[in-house]
Formats: sequence, C-alpha cells, structure tokens
Amino acid sequence: MSIRFTFGGDEHIFAEVSEEMSLEAFFTSLSLTNAVREAGISGVTEICPANASFQIKFDPDRIKPGDLLKELQSMEGAASKSDATLTTRIMEIPVYYQDPWTNETLMRFRERHQDPNSTDIEYAAEINGFKSVDDFIAAHAGSPWFVSMVGFVAGLPFLYQMVERQRQIEVPKYLRPRTDTPKLTVGYGGCFSCIYSVRGAGGYQMFGITPMPIYDPNQEVSYLQDNMCLFKPGDIVKWKPIGRDEYDAALEAVAANTYEPLIRECSFSLKDFNADIDGTNAKLMEVLHGR
Amino acid sequence: MAVKVITPGLSTSVQDLGRPGYCHLGIPLSGGMDRFALRVANMLVGNDEGAAVLEAVFMGPELEFTAPATVAVTGGDLPPKLNGDERAGWEAFAVKAGDRLSFGFLKSGARAYIAVSGGIDVPVKLGSRSTYTLGALGGFQGRAIQAGDELPVGAAAGSARGAVPAELRRMPGNPAELRMLPGLYWHRITAESGQRFFADTWKVAPEADRIGYRFKGGTPLDFVPRTQPFGAGSDPSNIVDACYPYGSIQVPGGTEPIVLHRDAVSGGGYMMVGTVISADMDLIGQLQPHSPARFVEVSMDEALAARADRQAALARVRAHLGLS
Repeated sequence: MSIRFTFGGDEHIFAEVSEEMSLEAFFTSLSLTNAVREAGISGVTEICPANASFQIKFDPDRIKPGDLLKELQSMEGAASKSDATLTTRIMEIPVYYQDPWTNETLMRFRERHQDPNSTDIEYAAEINGFKSVDDFIAAHAGSPWFVSMVGFVAGLPFLYQMVERQRQIEVPKYLRPRTDTPKLTVGYGGCFSCIYSVRGAGGYQMFGITPMPIYDPNQEVSYLQDNMCLFKPGDIVKWKPIGRDEYDAALEAVAANTYEPLIRECSFSLKDFNADIDGTNAKLMEVLHGR
Repeated sequence: MAVKVITPGLSTSVQDLGRPGYCHLGIPLSGGMDRFALRVANMLVGNDEGAAVLEAVFMGPELEFTAPATVAVTGGDLPPKLNGDERAGWEAFAVKAGDRLSFGFLKSGARAYIAVSGGIDVPVKLGSRSTYTLGALGGFQGRAIQAGDELPVGAAAGSARGAVPAELRRMPGNPAELRMLPGLYWHRITAESGQRFFADTWKVAPEADRIGYRFKGGTPLDFVPRTQPFGAGSDPSNIVDACYPYGSIQVPGGTEPIVLHRDAVSGGGYMMVGTVISADMDLIGQLQPHSPARFVEVSMDEALAARADRQAALARVRAHLGLS
C-alpha cells in the first residue's frame, strides 16, 4: 500500500492510504498516526487519523513543509511492517431502531431522499437485499463495528462493519443533506454507520436513536467527566437493539446520572480477524459479556 | 467588571485565537474568523493579542459597561457609538460605568471585533475561550450571546494604545482574490475544469458562516471518470470520509465550492480541490454574501512568502503602537 501525500495549504499534510475503505487501510492510518505522535515532531500541532487516510496539521514557522513530508515518508515503511494488533475497548451501545423522533425527522425531509415512499431503514433493507427490516436490524446489530474515525462534529464516531466485504451494508447518503438530525441518531452512509453526537445537519440515512450521551461539553455525565468525547479511533462497538420501555428506562438513568455503559478492555489482531472473522467476533462478544 | 448585553446583534460570540489540537475528536479550531483584526483590537486596549473578544457579524450588539474600561472595535466597518455618539473604528477609547456601546449600519466587511481591556473572562475550555456553537463548547455558555447576559471581564493589565491607520489594515479587494494551493483531490477533475475554476469569478452565497463560505456562479466541475471506490458513495464528488483541512475547498456534487473556516466540520465525504492559504483566511471572514471572489493558484513557496508578509504586517502594527 503506497500512501499518497498532498499538502492542504501551508499548514496541513493530507495522506491518503487508500482510495477505498478497508480495515487494512484504517490500521495503516492508525499505526502511522500513532508513530507520528510518539515521534514528538516539533511543529506538529494536530494528528488526526481518518477511515483510510490521515491528516497532520503543522506550524510552517517551526518546521518546513518539505522536511515534515520527508519525515512522514520515512515512517511509512515501518508502519506497513507493524503487525496490526491493538489493545482497545469494546462497548455496547443500545439502539432504539425505528424510533418516533428520527421517523418524524425523515418524514419532514422525504423530498431529499432516494425513495420518498419508504422510510430510510426500509429503503436500506431493500437495496441491500434483506427480506424484512427485522432481518436488516439483525445484520446491523449482529456483528461488532470498528470506530475508524471520530469527527465531522465533536465526538461523532464513524463505524466500520467487521464482516466480509460481501456482507457489508452499503447505502447512499441523502440526495441533498437534511438541515436537521436528532441528537444521538444512529445513521448510515456509504459503508459507515455513525452516531450524531449533536443535533444538526446531516446526510446519512437514519435508522434509530441511542439514549446514551456520547459527547458532553460540560463533562457532567458520569462516564464523560475525564473526556468529553466517548469515542476514540480503534474502539469497537456492538449495537444492542432495545424497545421503547428500555429506551425510556435508560433515559431516566441518564437523567439521574446513574447510567453505566458496558465497556470492557479487549485486544484485536487484524491477522487473526482475517483468518477467522466470525470466530474473532464471537470471542469479542465473550469479552464484552464477561464470559 | 462585566459587560451587560442589552441586544445581542445578529450572531455575536466570544472568540480568541482558537482551540487547535482536537481535530481527532471532531472539535474544530474555532476562534476569530479575522484573526488579524482580533489581534489588533486586543493590542489597542492593552490586552494580550490572544485575549477573548466579541465577534459580531453584519450587525453589532448593544452593550453596557459596569465599570470603567478601554474598548476598541476593529475588522469590518461597523461604526461604534458610545452613548449614541459615533467613535472611530481601529482606535482605543475609554468607557465609564453605565456607558452604552452600540453600532451603526455595516458599511464594509462582514465582522467586527470588540475588545475590552482585561478580555472577556469566560472559562477556558480545552485551552481556549472561543465559542463552538454547534458543540455547545466554550464561550459564554457554549452559545452566541443573548440579551440579559452579563459577560465577565478580566483585570486589565496593559494600557490603551491609540489608533491603527487604514494603510496598516487589510480588507478584501473587489473581487476578493483568495490564493489557494491546488492539491488534495485536485487530480479528480479534468485539466480544463481546473483552468475554468481559476478563470471564473464566483459570488459568495447566502450560506456563509463560521463553518464555511459557499461560492456560486462558476462553472460546475468536470470529473475524471472512475469507478467509485468501495465505501465512498456514488456521486463522483464523494470520497471515503476523510479529514478536512482548515481552508480546504470542497465541492459537493461538483457545483458550489465551500471554503471551510474556523467552526468547520472536521471531516466528511466530499472531495476537495485544494486549500486557501493561511494568509488569506482572514479575508474570507470579511466577505459579505453576493460579493465577488476569485481563486488564485499559488505554489507552496508563494504561500509561505504570503504568510511571512502577514506576519510582517502584524509586526508593523505592533511597531506603530509601540509594542515592539
């Protein structure tokens, strides 16, 4: 994999690991950005891994753009030889699929959608060849997902489905972006799921909503007191379908600040995963549920 | 000491030089859109250049001071009035307890910077007092100011510094010339399309804010044909979601370029044709909707020379005010 480096004006180097998304590209991005962070290069001000690319922001008064570029290129070989293992976290995120709030919102923006006569999740189920929405939900919630990027807005995770490519769900974004998306909407665009951390514009299809805050600028939510954003690139997520009663109970716990998300430490090896995807995922589920 | 907000203006927010370092969490730079004007406003009232000020867009607020202070207004030509009497912009003036600062109609530019000696003393969040409205982070309660707010002001440390003449300021030309370094996904468009992009005169669209400035009226892009890569989405302007540099020019659907600014989304799935150089980002903050603009191709060496020019311009202001 040869990385394409390009300057983003006089303050950024943008590195495209691969034009297409893959776990390999993401791991190269993650390991290279980790290496850049560890190198502590003077003049580097931001290090930002993305799905299949990354970006380094620098101060050209402190390091010449060409010098930084050479330094990054010299690190490329080392990153591609790294063995793509990760000590990370796996967490369970409850999702109330087909909830009334995203449903109300998607009905308001029907004229911006590919199929004005169905809901977003009905459309996604149909174009991905599922017999029913329930089957689609079972697939969406059936495998774990990698947080391959945090961004767009504060704390928003992009999630990549940990299955073979032929089983991956793909949906287009809205024809024209909406001007409104409920906070904590679970969305989908291209091959990525996401959770909208704040209310606002958005172009991803809307499948449901989670009761669990993932961003708290006031750092009052019990599990967001140290970091206002829950997610980091490299985290692993498992969706848990819930109904209205469970959703309401979770909201009450969140309001009382007693909600405790299920989060466990785990390790992940890309080689083991590629050798046995279902087996690796089953082991991750054992870790998540403490068995 | 506090500043009471009588009326808030259209969208007035607390800003300093910004909050770099959190792109990996999706938290944008924030900070003043015209940081040259922001720095000079602070110099005039004897603050550190990076103290927090108020950024007003298109329409000024009405403010009342609870104690004596020094005030300066820089940026676009939004004439300040003290108790109804017009005062000069880019010039320090004293206010007493109970004085009211209001503004006339905007004559040119888009954003004014209102500095108060001591600086607006809201809590520092992730290293900055800047307001990031979308994330409800920083500034005064994470939002634009509202009538009835009382903005805390810090203790003044320096002294008032006179005025900055017009020849030491900088405003966009007509059309505005925005220098840019082609790159990022420039290779996705044809050579002829790239030439037209620079030849066309664009107009600032009504969708122009702290997140980004949209431009319209130019020729839609012609893409080099390809099979869309896995995960990118079906439109030829789509890419696998990636980071967006500050100043990058994305072109959703190939039609209307958007230059991302201080409160930009940190990433997304649209190709970018290049990046406006750091030296010209302040100019964008002073563009009004419907004003004409052109993109001008430069090399990295030219971008760095322009950056040095901007630093020299700031140094001239410091020297003029006896600060260096």
